[in-house]
Amino acid sequence: MSLAIKPAPVRKSLTVPAPPARAFEVFTAGFGSWWPKSHSIGDSPLKQGVIEGRVGGRWYGALEDGSEQPWGEVLAWEPPSRLVLAWRISTAWAYDPDLLTEVEVTFAPEGAGTRVTLEHRLLENMGDGAEGARASFESDGGWMGLLRLYAEAFS
Amino acid sequence: MTYGNAAFAALADPTRRGVLERLASGPRAVGEIAEGLPVSRPAVSQHLKVLKAAGLVSDRQDGARRIYAIDPNGLGPMRAWLDQFWDEALEAFKAELEREANEIKEINP
Repeated sequence: MSLAIKPAPVRKSLTVPAPPARAFEVFTAGFGSWWPKSHSIGDSPLKQGVIEGRVGGRWYGALEDGSEQPWGEVLAWEPPSRLVLAWRISTAWAYDPDLLTEVEVTFAPEGAGTRVTLEHRLLENMGDGAEGARASFESDGGWMGLLRLYAEAFS
Repeated sequence: MTYGNAAFAALADPTRRGVLERLASGPRAVGEIAEGLPVSRPAVSQHLKVLKAAGLVSDRQDGARRIYAIDPNGLGPMRAWLDQFWDEALEAFKAELEREANEIKEINP
């Protein structure tokens, strides 16, 4: 089947009431203070998310049971203006060191605050395991099941 | 409306979820999708239009038939999910900085 549909990157943009240096600092060093506890994978609940502030630094979830759930690592570290994280979580909600998708976050001054833009790209790389994706689609625990829950919350 | 919200709104309808589930096993024409569903073929076409607008299915012309498919890798819903995921994460980030800005105002009114 030659239906190679390449998903567009997810792009987000918002302004926050702090200068870029502070916005960058809270996004990274303060990551654990704001990253939603629901945004996690693994067998134990998320205690806090962590970004290690250097190229090659790890990006992971510190879980309640004391274990660490890797999510990826820091690919670019350019405070206060730019950060690129590797997101290596597959459609089956598992860490896969061979999977690369990128999350780029930029911080630009805007008035007294900062315009933060986020791009999650290379999503097509998630499509390599087509069978796994299909299984995930069909199971209630997969993202189709999650989408259903969201849809029900919206209705 | 963001992509994510469109996708979730599209999936809020149980018939549309049924349509999408019928496409999980492979691309199909409208008539094939409508078979076994308790709605008319024109209604199925309308549902497909909504799913297409939400980015959950794609279509192509095959002679006189129009074939609908979900991304063979199923990435449409994944993308929709990520779209919502980042909305929530960035809202939380913004709320943290707003809380901080308010605290600064309280200290230095």
